[in-house]
Amino acid sequence: MPKFVLLATDLALYFQLLVLLAYVRHAVRTPLLRQSWRYVQRDGAAMSAAVVLVIFLFIALLDSVHFRPRLPPAPDAPPGAEIAYSTRTLSVLDVLLTGPRESREKTYSVPLATHQFSKESMQRNGVTVRDFPRLQYGGKHLDQPQEQWAGDVLRRTVNGLGSGLLLALVGAAWVVHRQSRRSTQGFMPSACDVWHGRTALPWRAIGGTLTALLLVFGWVAALWPFYHVMGTDQTGNDVLFMCLKSVRTAVVIGTLATIATIPLALLLGILAGYFKGWVDDGIQYAYTVLSSIPSVLLISAFVLMIQVFIDKNPQLFETGLERADIRLFLLSAILGLTGWAQLARLLRAETLKLGELDYVQAARAFGVSHAGIMRRHILPNVTHIIVIVAVLEFSGLVLYEAVLSYVGVGVDPNTQSFGTMINGARNEMSRDPVIWWTLSAAFAFMVALVLSMTLFASAVREAFDPRARAYRVRPAAAQALPQESAP
Amino acid sequence: MLNYIIRRVLYGLLVLIGVNLLTFILFFAINTPDDMARINIGGKRVTPDAIAKWKTQRGYDKPLLFNDQAQGVEKLSKTLFVERSLPLFALQFGASDTGRDIGYELRERALPSLALALPTFLLGVFVVVLVSLIMVFFRNTYVEFWSVAFAVFLLSVSGLFYIIAGQFLFSTVLKLVPASGFAGGLDMVVFLLLPVVIGIVSRMGGEALFYRTMFLEEIGKDYVRTARSKGLSESAVLFRHVLGNALLPILTSTVAVLPLLFMGALIMESFFGIPGLGSFTIDAINGQDFAVVRAMVFLGSALYILGLVLTDISYTLADPRVRLA
Repeated sequence: MPKFVLLATDLALYFQLLVLLAYVRHAVRTPLLRQSWRYVQRDGAAMSAAVVLVIFLFIALLDSVHFRPRLPPAPDAPPGAEIAYSTRTLSVLDVLLTGPRESREKTYSVPLATHQFSKESMQRNGVTVRDFPRLQYGGKHLDQPQEQWAGDVLRRTVNGLGSGLLLALVGAAWVVHRQSRRSTQGFMPSACDVWHGRTALPWRAIGGTLTALLLVFGWVAALWPFYHVMGTDQTGNDVLFMCLKSVRTAVVIGTLATIATIPLALLLGILAGYFKGWVDDGIQYAYTVLSSIPSVLLISAFVLMIQVFIDKNPQLFETGLERADIRLFLLSAILGLTGWAQLARLLRAETLKLGELDYVQAARAFGVSHAGIMRRHILPNVTHIIVIVAVLEFSGLVLYEAVLSYVGVGVDPNTQSFGTMINGARNEMSRDPVIWWTLSAAFAFMVALVLSMTLFASAVREAFDPRARAYRVRPAAAQALPQESAP
Repeated sequence: MLNYIIRRVLYGLLVLIGVNLLTFILFFAINTPDDMARINIGGKRVTPDAIAKWKTQRGYDKPLLFNDQAQGVEKLSKTLFVERSLPLFALQFGASDTGRDIGYELRERALPSLALALPTFLLGVFVVVLVSLIMVFFRNTYVEFWSVAFAVFLLSVSGLFYIIAGQFLFSTVLKLVPASGFAGGLDMVVFLLLPVVIGIVSRMGGEALFYRTMFLEEIGKDYVRTARSKGLSESAVLFRHVLGNALLPILTSTVAVLPLLFMGALIMESFFGIPGLGSFTIDAINGQDFAVVRAMVFLGSALYILGLVLTDISYTLADPRVRLA
């Protein structure tokens, strides 16, 4: 058995997953919540985004199970000797992607390349020449890379895309089959329904997204074992692998920082709105002070504090990974601690409104305690705001991480993140020939993550805040089909 | 009216005092001068002597709030709080940890910063209002649909990409403008063109969507129906009636943008090598120059609060209905 390592952010992610599952269970059982989420389920864009998000979340979770592998016993070790564990902490994702992780080149190489990006002096037939050396891993199965490369890549591409498409077709057939079973009509009419988007769940949008993802997945799966699909970076690391590792950091920051804002914002927002008077004045003053300090500076002050703490207590952390991880954890906590003003303001306004309503007045007349009223009558009626803000914040935080890393107060330099990738890649654009792949890869992953979250968030907002539905674009053609008439 | 303005200004001052106290706690009580010295000296050279010397050189060798060793009033005045934190209110920033005069640096750097921030802000508001009005003009058509979709996409791209891609496209490939740098006088236009455009584009997605919802809110109101029933054209309704009335919420929301402007400047200036306040701050953060960071926190908050007070005032000027309670 390897030795499992529980990092602070791992625990936080597991905890959030539990909270999420508990919320899902609660939402399924509560008719009103079920109604709201059904609105999200009917939204094609939101469901497509959800598919992408689930995949990102899955990657992040795979990357959050850490352990230190057991080392093979030394040859001369006596039986029953203490088991030695590697000093490197790996995650399940690392193990699944052992190939790309360990196939480290010397320096830059173009995506799918067989040769290095820059020339090197080498001995050939006893003469020193400057040429592009072969890569150690990328395309090493080819004997004559010049002649074989195009054919090999093409063959594998076709194979990969073909198997992706095949999987997608099988999946589509299964969906249509289930639809036809449920609606008791034939296979072809059901297929037509799905194709024209006439199903309760937007299967057409979901299927489209899944097909696209499967095609990409098939292509990557066919080529990655043999080439660096997105090239390598300055120190020869596989860029696609780096992107996948960055997903976890983005997800941790996005979710953890949001969760960290909630307790403070909830407590202070409701207190301010409920008690009014000097409590309100005090809390308003506190968040005005906090929000008037430029957030980058506030965060950098806190981050310096963390750095001092980490430097002073090196004995607390066994490995470098733990040290980097605690910084990530504390950074998220700080983002939460400094970012509660906006949510508190919204909660305060809502509580002010609720406090005047008859049922709250009635509860007060019946002598329910202040704490009781806030817990039983106000809290449940402001949760929708929390849900809306939580999903809206996520995208902003992922983008913010990149900025913070650029300023130098973001994650630990050893933590793989989109911010550190962009930061490392920004000078490459001025090189000639230009090194475009690191930045493009980080760009693609970030846009996919943030865009899906934005789309999902806007549907959630419309679901929980019916006023927001008025802002929905309904092009003339779509207007003919009213939104609510889906079966 | 005057009464109201005075009250707002006083509240702003109170907030500024809060900011001052908070920064004092952050930079002196939690991150103690000893820690600063340790980070600044760095590595193996950290000895008690070195720390003491570092502190004496920079005047950090005093107690935080109360000086036992001093006599009379000096018990209170020979402290870090009075010497380092209070003078900020008089805009006396003192010397940075590397020995430069912060006040002089700020005066030198204010102009380049302003030259970048002001056009970005004003042109930005103008362009975004125009774009969102056009979106509303074409509402419920595919023009709106695709422009909203495009805005959502713009919103999802990190600001850093706009800068890097913009620099690459316009400086490296097309060679239209220099990649970075700054010059005084009229020459600065060449250097500022790209940062201003990128600054606007990177904020456009989110703000266009936001202004669009504000215009849509206005468009459902009675006076719009009246204007239409008078037979006014749609463009007259939008650009004369709706725009005028939506200016008020736009005005309030621009203050919310001010901190973003600050952050945008931070990154923009350091990417484009503009010797402004933003790049000064970034250099200070990277060089762990706490005196400068503290001064910038104070200055940044003061500007934000000034913006807050000015909005409150302009709010009452723009809409006579706003009660001055």
